[in-house]
Parts: sequence; structure tokens; C-alpha cells
Amino acid sequence: MLIFIVRRTLVGLALLLVASFVFYMLVDFTIDPLSDLRTSTDPSAPLQMEQRIEMLNLDAPPWERYIDWLFAFVTGDLGVAWRTGRSVSDLLGTAIISTIQLVSFATVAAIVLGVAVGIVSALRQYSSFDYLITFFAFLMFSLPSFWVAVLLKQWGAIGFNDFLVDPVIAPAVIVGISVVAGFLWQLAVGGGAKRRAIHGVIAALTVALVLVYMQVTNWWLQPRLDWVLLTLTSLGIAVTVTTLSTGLRNRRSLYTALTCVVLGLVLYIPVRYYLFSMLTPSMSYGLAALLGLLAIAVGMGIGWAWRGPDWKQSARTGGITAFLIAGLIFLDKVLSYWPAYMSAPAINNRPIQTIGDRAPNLGGNFWVQVLDGYTHLILPSLALMLISFAGYTRFSRGSMLEVMNQDYIRTARAKGVNERTVVMRHGFRNSLIPLASIVPVDIIGLIGGALITERIFSRPGMGQLFIANLGADDIDPVMAYLVIVAFLAILANIVADLLYAALDPRIRVNA
Amino acid sequence: MSNERNDDPFETGETATGSLNPTMTAATTTADDDVVDDTQAENAIELREVEGLSQGQIVRRRFFRHTGAMVGLVVLILTAVLAITSIGFTLGPIRIPGWWQYSHTQLNPILNPRGAPTLTWPWDAAGFAIGEHPFGQDEIGRDIFARTMKGVQTSLIVMAVIGAVATLIGTLIGAFSGFFRGKVDTVLMRFTDLIITLPVIVIGAVLGKKLGAADPIPLALALGAVSWTGLARLVRGDFLSLREREFVDAARVAGASTTRIIFKHMLPNAIGVIIVSVTLLMSSAILLETALSYLGFGIQQPNVSLGQMINDYQGAFNTRPWLFWWPGLFIILIALCINFIGDGLRDAFDPRQKKIPSARKMARADRRAARVAARATA
Repeated sequence: MLIFIVRRTLVGLALLLVASFVFYMLVDFTIDPLSDLRTSTDPSAPLQMEQRIEMLNLDAPPWERYIDWLFAFVTGDLGVAWRTGRSVSDLLGTAIISTIQLVSFATVAAIVLGVAVGIVSALRQYSSFDYLITFFAFLMFSLPSFWVAVLLKQWGAIGFNDFLVDPVIAPAVIVGISVVAGFLWQLAVGGGAKRRAIHGVIAALTVALVLVYMQVTNWWLQPRLDWVLLTLTSLGIAVTVTTLSTGLRNRRSLYTALTCVVLGLVLYIPVRYYLFSMLTPSMSYGLAALLGLLAIAVGMGIGWAWRGPDWKQSARTGGITAFLIAGLIFLDKVLSYWPAYMSAPAINNRPIQTIGDRAPNLGGNFWVQVLDGYTHLILPSLALMLISFAGYTRFSRGSMLEVMNQDYIRTARAKGVNERTVVMRHGFRNSLIPLASIVPVDIIGLIGGALITERIFSRPGMGQLFIANLGADDIDPVMAYLVIVAFLAILANIVADLLYAALDPRIRVNA
Repeated sequence: MSNERNDDPFETGETATGSLNPTMTAATTTADDDVVDDTQAENAIELREVEGLSQGQIVRRRFFRHTGAMVGLVVLILTAVLAITSIGFTLGPIRIPGWWQYSHTQLNPILNPRGAPTLTWPWDAAGFAIGEHPFGQDEIGRDIFARTMKGVQTSLIVMAVIGAVATLIGTLIGAFSGFFRGKVDTVLMRFTDLIITLPVIVIGAVLGKKLGAADPIPLALALGAVSWTGLARLVRGDFLSLREREFVDAARVAGASTTRIIFKHMLPNAIGVIIVSVTLLMSSAILLETALSYLGFGIQQPNVSLGQMINDYQGAFNTRPWLFWWPGLFIILIALCINFIGDGLRDAFDPRQKKIPSARKMARADRRAARVAARATA
């Protein structure tokens, strides 16, 4: 294994070196730094041209410039964007963070939603739900993301912001949304007509009640998770996680999850109002992640405390539940700044943003910054997510179908294992194996897709940097971008192979 | 993407062990070994259905029965015919005129306020009418229908060229790599890795900056030259397993040359993978071209592309939404049709995928059978 990693790394580095040479030649062939002077009528144009040729060493053959660039690059000097005179490392610093935020947000959302929908679609193979999902997946494959993004800007941002001026949903609309939600839910549930009808009606009523509750409590202008919503969502999380993780029959596991809910409700006030307020000045994403880990530890501790021979399963359930509930409390704290955020002059009551990755001159503490980041992220990542969401749906459906047709699934059913265990333990886990090798490659695709998304939403990310500098015939920033993306791609391929080999013992690592 | 294209359930496709190509291994891990009595019975029924038919006939029949694919095919052909006949087309010095009265460059007096579309739907007060400018006009009076049709033509040409170039390169590289293995394989696959290191759209932007402005053909050739990688990997995986099969040995013993074995014996067996993959490649090619044109590194003025139209007009969404709707809808229409055709082809080439009738249809069939039986006894 170690030899494999070392060999792949060396091959990867060699590949990167060759790739950088090819890219340099290609970009050098493509761009023309003198293009604006050639058409210029300025009498001093020839003089400027000479100066520029000297400055960029354009008289030298391209490979000489490549050698110069390479030596500078290896020593950490990424060069200078000569039009603006700014160093490339400065430009990249903020751009990388912005792009990573966007891509990771979109990846996580696409994987979670795509896999869930794909698995359900596979379990209901050849049902109306399956056909519906297939059709939508194809539709999303066929949607140009720049076109979707313009629509999102129009309806997602401008439309929603207009709605927030006077957030009243008409009763007819509430009924319509509920009916559609109930209809979709009964399709996804499957089974006999009675089961579907019951599930559909319950889902429709739930959606309607939630919408009415939000309306009555003025939720749209003061979003929060008060006692009612926190209790309901936590209970929902506890039951769902237990069902998926161990099944409701496993009482210890269920009690673990419920204990986590109770603990969450008890800690809600002290954490939300005292701990978070105390931490506000020093709060950062790192600290938030630490708190999340703490929550997982507490949840696992609760699972352990319930004892029993299968305490590990309870600990798993408890860890997931506690983490999600902690996330809810975090979300509530962020949302509590919503009214203040809305009324800030930089926002002016139009919270969903379509430009940039942060509001200029907003100020505010950590929570406001988080909120601001989310309002800027939501539409771009939605636009970016759609395509890979469709991909994950199709892929996880196919892989799940393949697994569910295997003999060991039949064996599991034959020995009397209940359907949940068959699906979650024997089916779902194995269907994730091929998926693990797709994810790293897909992330590279998303980085490419970010080119378009960043351009439309004017996010100052790496893609935007690349596009702008390619247009401005500026080779150094373009090369920095290409090398970083190539590096990520090579890394992703190695990771994909390793993941695959680690997950599937049938694969021999000898490449 | 299956190895068991020959309908023999007893022959397990030789899997390419040790390879780490994810897509390939995922497909080959399901070498079906259910050689159980009931599957034999099932196979007997299946075999009766395809008795006396060649592989090509079976595939064609499956494809023509795929509703989605047929709808996609018909709509795609109609779109192409509409785009070509309406404004005509130019092929070098030859110019074939179309039946539409405006060209995509002609400036016309603006008819409706702001150049709104004259197309009215059957549910409008005026009833259905096409009018002078069905898709509307832009701010200087150009006819959007003619421009959209021109864009569709460009997109279809680019798509076809990308598909052809990528098929050629991808198949050759994949076939040689998989057949010769060893050093040839290493060199060709490292070359493929080199191209894969960047997302196609990024290389496309670099190439498009140089080649985009002039004419769609050079751009399409360049894009085709970088988008064959996925196909090459799939074909390589297929060839790796095909070369271990008996018929290849038989051909070699019979004295066939290497070229003949590759092109006459193995390639036809890999055709399913190639066709399906190329179809899906073409649907992403159309999105690639429009995306590049949108970014300004693809087709540029005075040529027309659907993506470039959206780029030009996106600011006008509030005042002239039709400038934005029509090109977008045609991109989706074309890409959707091709995706459905690809899906149909995949099903047609993959004998493992069976269409199972829904419970309602089975019940209906049962009732019909019972009725027939009752009539027979009566």
C-alpha cells in the first residue's frame, strides 16, 4: 500500500511537471499580451510595445520563459499579474477560500440529496416516482447552468426578497404546496394504496401546519427555532436517525437518541444565550467544529451509558443525533441575527444576494458574518449543485440496483433479516463503494463548473480570476490557476483509487 | 457497460482485474453467476423472444420500443429540420435559401413595443398566430427566430464535429491501449491522464480564446480533441476483457492480422459502449459549447450561438425576457433529446436491463387472460 502511494505520488508529480509545460505552451500560444497595443492609435504605441516585450521577455522563445516561470514557481514565487501589478499569491489567497466554500457547500448538498433520492428511486424501481426522478435527472443534465442561474437570480433572489417585504402566503398557495408535497411523499413511500394515502395525507397536513405556524408567528421576518420547532425537529431527527441507523426495535438506541433530544432541550437556553454569547468575540469556524466534535462525543457517551451488548450501535445513533441537534442550536443562534442583518444598511431588507461572496462594509460579529456568507452562498451553490445532483441520483440509483440484485441480498432476505437491515446494512453500504470513487472526480468537475457560477454571481473566486486574466492575456495568474486545478485533479484521482481499494477488498493495489 | 453482451449466461465476462478504473470495475464486479434452475427457465423465455434475430436486430428492436428515446429522436430530427430549412444554410460558396423571410443579421423595423414576440398561444385572447416575429426582436430589430435557428445550427454542427472527433480519437486510443497493453498502454494512458488533469471547460476556454472567434468548426475540432478521455478509458476497459475471449484467439489462430482483429473482430463487440458513451458526450458537448460561448471564449459575433445569445441578452431579462427564453429552451430541448436517446441506446445495448411491467399492467394482463380463458370455456 505504501509503495503504491509513493509510486502514485511520484507519477503524479511527474505528470504535473509535464502538464505544466504543456499548459504553459498552450496558454502562451493562445494569449497575445500585445493585442490592445496592436490596434491602438496612440502614437506612443510602438514604444509601449517595446517596453512590454522587454518587461515580459516576449522576444525569448516560450520554453525559456517556461523555465524561468518554473524556477520561480518551485521557489514559491507565483509571479505577478502584470496589468495590475499585484502578486499572484495575494490574488489567489482570498480566491481559493471563496471557491472552496462554494464547491464544498455544493458537493455536500449534492451528495446528501442526490444519494438519498437515488437510493429511494432504486428501491421503487419502475414506479411513477422512479420515472419522475429519472425525468428530472435528465432535465437537470440538460440544463445550462448559466441559464438556470439567471432564473435563480430572478426568482430566487429578487422574487424572494420582494416576498419578504410583506411575507404573507395566500391560503390557496399553502394548500397547493401541501398537496404537492403530500403527493410526492406518497409516491416516494410506495406500497399499497392505503399506506400511500395515509402517508400522503399526513405529509400534506404537516407541511400545511408548518407553513401556517410560520405565517402566524411571523417566522419569515424573525426566523428562529423556538421551543415548539426545536422539540419537533429534534424528535424528528432522533426517530429518523434511529430508524436508519439501527431500527426503532432497538430500544436502547432509541432511548439514546431521545436522551440526546432531552439534553439538547435542557442545554438549549444555556448554550444558545450564555455560552455562544460568551464565545462570540473569539468564535470561528474552527471553534464551531470543535463544539460539533464535543457534541458527537457527548452523544456517543450517552449511547455508551445506556450499556447493553450493542452499545456501539447506540453510540453511533447518539453521536449523529447529538451532532444534528447541536447544529440546530447553532443555526438558531445564527438566525437570531436575521432581523439585525436585514436592517443593516448594506443589506437594506434584501437578504438573498446575487453578487459577490460577502456584503461590503457590513461589519458585525462572527454570527452576522456566517449569516452573510450563507445568504451569498445559497444561490450559487444551488446553481452549481443541480448538475452533480442529477449525476449522483443516477449513479447511486444504478449502483443500488446492482447491489440489490446480488445473491447476498437474497441470502439476507432468506435468513429473515428485516427489510431495513437489508437495505441499510447490506444494500446501502455496498452501493456506496463505487460512489466513493466518483466523488473526488466529480469535485474536479464542480471546480470547472464554478467557472460559470462564479462569473454569473460575480464571486471573486479562482474561476473568476482565471476567466478575467485569460481575457486580459495575463499568463502568470492563469498558470497558477491551471497548476492548482491540475494538482487537485491528480490528488483526487489518487484519493479515488485509494478509497476504492480500501473499501473493496476485491481490488488489488498494484498499479 | 456490461461484459456479458453475448447472451450466454454461462460465460462469465473476463473481468479486468487489477485495474483501478472506477467506472469499469463497478460494471464488471457483477459478473453474473446465477446459474440456477429458475434462471435457466427465465433465460429460455428470454431466448425465445430473440430467437432467429441478429444482435443488431435485437438492439434495434429494443431501441425502437423505448418510448423516451423515440420521442427524443423525433423531436431532435424535427428541430434539426426546422433549423436547417427555415433560414437555409451556407456551405462554402453554396447558399441554400430557407422559407423564413428574415435572416439572422437583417435589421427590421420594430413591430411590437420593445420587439415583443408576435407568437400568440391558443389560450390567448387573439387565438393561435405566428405573426411576423414569433420569438420577438432584439433592441435593434433583428428577428429572434432567425437568430435562434442560426444558433441551433451552430450548436448542432459543433456537437456533431465534437462527437466525430472524440469518437475517432477515443476509440483508437482506447482500442490500442487495451489491445497492446504493456508500454503502449502506459504511454497512452499517461497521455489520457494529462488531458484529464483539467476540467474540459478550462482547456476549452484556453483553446477557445484562440480559435473561438472565427468559425465554429475549428473550435469544435479543438474541443473534440480534448473531450475523448472518458470514452478512451471505457473502450480500453472493454478491450482488455475482449482480448481474452476465445473468438480473438480463434481469429489469431486463423491468421488474422492485428489490424483485422482489432477492427473486424473486437471493435464490433465494443460498439455498444462506444455509441452510448458518444451520445452522452454529445449532450455534454452542446452544453460545453454554449457555456464557452457564454463565457466569451466560444463562438463570437458575427456568428451566432445559443450560449452567446444568452450572454448578450441576460441583462435584458426584465425588459425583454424572450431574448433569454428561446435560446435557453432550445439548448435544453436538444440536450434533453440526446440524453433520452442515449438512455434508450444504453437500455438497448445492455441485455441485463429488463423493463418490468407495472403491477397495474400485470393485473390488466391477468384479467385479459382470465377473460379469454372464460370465453374459451363458455
